[in-house]
Amino acid sequence: MTSLSATIKDVFNEPSCAKNATKSEAEKKKGCTKQLQPGGAAGGCAFDGAKIALQPFTDVAHLVHGPIACEGNSWDNRGAASSGSSLWRTSFTTDINETDVIFGGEKRLFKACKEIIEKYDPPAIFVYQTCVPAMIGDDIVAVCKAASAKFNKPVIPVNAPGFVGPKNLGNKLAGEALLDHVIGTVEPEYTTPYDINIIGEFNLSGELWQVKPLLDELGIRILSCISGDGRYNEVASAHRARASMMVCSKAMINVARKMEERYGIPFFEGSFYGIEDSSDSLREIARLLILRGAPEELMERVENVIAREEARAWAAIAAYKPRFKGKKVLLITGGVKSWSVVAALQEAGLELAGTSVKKSTREDKERIKELMGQDAHMIEDMTPREMYKMLKDARADIMLSGGRSQFVALKATMPWLDINQERHHAYMGYVGMVKLMAEIDRTLYNPVWEQVRQPAPWDRPGDSWQDRALAEIAEEEAEIAADPVRAEAARRAEKICLCKNVDLGAIEDAIREFGLTTVEGVKEKTNAAAGCGACAIKIEEIFEASDIVGLPTDAQTIAAE
Amino acid sequence: MAKVVTAKKACVVNPLKMSQPIGGALAFMGLRGCMPLLHGSQGCTSFALVLFVRHFKEAIPLQTTAMSEVATVLGGYENVEQAVLNIIKRTKPEIIGICSTGVTETKGDDVDGYIRLIRQNHPELADFPMVYVSTPDFKDAFQDGWEKAVTRMVEELVKGPVNPARRDPTLVNVLPGSHLTPGDIEELRTIIEDFGLEPTFLPDLGGSLDGHIPVDFTPTTIGGVGVNEVAAMGHAGWTIAIGEQMRAAAVALENKAGVPFRLFERLCGLGPNDAFIAFLSEISGRPAPLKYRRQRGQLIDAMLDGHFHLGGRKLAIGAEPDLLYDVGSFLHEMGAHIEAAVTTTHSPVLENLATEEVLIGDLEDLETQARGKGCDLLVTHSHGRQAAERLKIPFHRLGIPMFDRLGAGHKLSVGYRGGRELIFAVANLLIAHREDNHQVAPDSFYDSRREWANDSGAAIATVQRH
Ligand code: SF4
Repeated sequence: MTSLSATIKDVFNEPSCAKNATKSEAEKKKGCTKQLQPGGAAGGCAFDGAKIALQPFTDVAHLVHGPIACEGNSWDNRGAASSGSSLWRTSFTTDINETDVIFGGEKRLFKACKEIIEKYDPPAIFVYQTCVPAMIGDDIVAVCKAASAKFNKPVIPVNAPGFVGPKNLGNKLAGEALLDHVIGTVEPEYTTPYDINIIGEFNLSGELWQVKPLLDELGIRILSCISGDGRYNEVASAHRARASMMVCSKAMINVARKMEERYGIPFFEGSFYGIEDSSDSLREIARLLILRGAPEELMERVENVIAREEARAWAAIAAYKPRFKGKKVLLITGGVKSWSVVAALQEAGLELAGTSVKKSTREDKERIKELMGQDAHMIEDMTPREMYKMLKDARADIMLSGGRSQFVALKATMPWLDINQERHHAYMGYVGMVKLMAEIDRTLYNPVWEQVRQPAPWDRPGDSWQDRALAEIAEEEAEIAADPVRAEAARRAEKICLCKNVDLGAIEDAIREFGLTTVEGVKEKTNAAAGCGACAIKIEEIFEASDIVGLPTDAQTIAAE
Repeated sequence: MAKVVTAKKACVVNPLKMSQPIGGALAFMGLRGCMPLLHGSQGCTSFALVLFVRHFKEAIPLQTTAMSEVATVLGGYENVEQAVLNIIKRTKPEIIGICSTGVTETKGDDVDGYIRLIRQNHPELADFPMVYVSTPDFKDAFQDGWEKAVTRMVEELVKGPVNPARRDPTLVNVLPGSHLTPGDIEELRTIIEDFGLEPTFLPDLGGSLDGHIPVDFTPTTIGGVGVNEVAAMGHAGWTIAIGEQMRAAAVALENKAGVPFRLFERLCGLGPNDAFIAFLSEISGRPAPLKYRRQRGQLIDAMLDGHFHLGGRKLAIGAEPDLLYDVGSFLHEMGAHIEAAVTTTHSPVLENLATEEVLIGDLEDLETQARGKGCDLLVTHSHGRQAAERLKIPFHRLGIPMFDRLGAGHKLSVGYRGGRELIFAVANLLIAHREDNHQVAPDSFYDSRREWANDSGAAIATVQRH
């Protein structure tokens, strides 16, 4: 087994990973690499994930070893902010050519390291592996080792070629690179009982700085942030922190857990999105620091700051409550923000029209369910037209989502706000939440919506494209409703497992045919939930909600007697 | 005559270049009802999506064969087959355009063979239009991918040969290079139609990525040129190719259907548009409409107003060959000196650029040269923003990607109007930069007086200063 596949396997055995905990042994071996569907939508590759996780280290030279596709098409496309060096925004790539593909690219990579050191002299170089050099067998670990020795400078291999899996995996492999080669290699100049690590926070739009002043005020020092506005020497000395906070629920949990294991640094999983989350996180930081020997009075100071900040934020948000009354939000996002933003929106009195949790783990989903109660309306794989209809039916007044889906909302002439990585505003901490409300308000009440919805002079009433689209949908729905066979077919066609493309009908049939009673059983027979596993909860709901009674199996019959 | 040299560095710093497959994919986006498909790992497609979305601010149709590590070793037939079947099932496209990537080219996947096999195994797809183009990432650049994709479209989709007697002289094929924006395409359509001609653009980004509101949401391209219309291109009287990169496609069209072509290396600036209008006049037998006589006058007026600002400017420009040649030459004709020129790939037009040397290199090269030569105008795509900030010189964004300004798809450079707009944009930028940074103050001229003084003796300067 190559070292990379060993690392991948190790990452999948991550016990703290909620997603993995729900998996059987056999599946764990298969790993989280959900089998992608050719011709299905594309998400980022492992390399992308690794770079997202590490690139916010500002003073490091990030060198991408591969053909121009991996770096040339994508560089300088993230809004992380730096308080110091801007080297992280300088793009370095070996741009390998045909000759390299035939004879190997290792020499070019070594020379590239040399050129970077000569010209830019960074404290370290991170070398990212990509698919083509991985295929031709370029050994970046060996090259990095040789370059480190020769130039007397950390040259760190980040072995996460795109095709080994999705972004999430790349985040973790990036974490492994830090654990293997960086963390613990430098001693901090001094330490305090108030030193913490923040892990999985990338300082997009400078959001970390919405929280940092509070930490500064409390005398809590961010020894290392992995990786937002981070420096190489900070992360290299991160092993001396007293406690860690994991910000993004999945991205780099392996880093937090292994640092606990190796250096005895306790961690908690928290968030600075939302007021209550922020307060909880501050308390948790204080609790862990006190546990590690910080004076107890810290907690009192933290409570004072929390009380002050909450009062301020609530007062500011209260102003929006009347304006948001009765307004519904459609939230389409994945991962950590699903639940933390839900909490925040509810704090401001907004109602949730539904939320898609395409990329979230089961745990996230459950958190959302908790937060939203039984009314939670999960929208997994809405087509743009359905999304439009939903917005149009005024079941939602505004959509919050990532940059890529904005056009659906905008073309439907509906208010939309970006809450993923391309956004230009920072929404963290108490300040950030007020900022988010201000942005929602600004968007919702912009008079432009009235303007752009005006019919064109040549439109006859009821004949705009919007009207026609809605009429078509209504017609289709009516047709389907009038035809029980089609209605049933449509009901059965609902996709339950997106990874393996399994619909409701197939699952119901399997339940009936094999008398299944567990998610495991459904998985075995239909392959549903054998991908990312996030749909397990939906399968449970099928069991709960449906009156499908499986044919009693022999075992059950016997037991019943 | 410019000397063309290639940068000798192991490490590209701040790439100017983008990869070939996504140039090919963009070309496919100019076909109606098309789903472009990258044969490779998912990440390549994801990056391309983000890039185009940020540039055009539009939903972008693009799919992947999602090659896993194992699949890349075993070969990708199954992935291509599944992708094609899935796309047809889900999005009902009229055509699928497939571009290979570095991953699948390293393995050497025979995609043409795969397509034959798919047609065999799925007889219902025997006639379904699928066009494949080989575009390894580790060779050539964005513009080359576009060139190859369009050539392949011609080879696969145009019906020929056509009996010359059945040719319709009012029909004109237009093969636009990747350097033209959707706005440029619309401008050309208007100009050509004003001569009573009926143009067919291949590809036609004007209809697909021009930011209009769709009638319904479709996951494939909307607008663009239809497969049937491409098939009928052999009936046209003429083909107009724009940019040297379109020569191959024009030749292919001539070989296949016998349509003669005229290639315009440039359509930005006065001379090129005079030639273009004269040509349209000639093939249509109509005099130039009054409108264009007026527009020509406006361009000349703009050139006269603009030369005050552009004359003597030291220009650093980085762009793909055809765009570099087109816009670079026009700025030169406006009096700017091309001090630094960097491009992405080889092309015969580079030698004709009015400068000493064209470097196939990156934005680090451009920045270094610009600094060394004291350039005071930077023209390149949005990634030049960091260099511009460091150099503290005015920066005009040109080409793909342009993610940090609005209206990338509507920027105009062709026609008399395009030249006029370009002059205004650049000149206004220079004016604003001067107002922000170089207001005249009582001591503004001390420095230059000191410089003169330095030549003849430093002492005088010191005396004057005190
Ligand atoms: S999938 Fe592979 S080749 Fe494509 S961008 Fe990611 S690392 Fe590069």
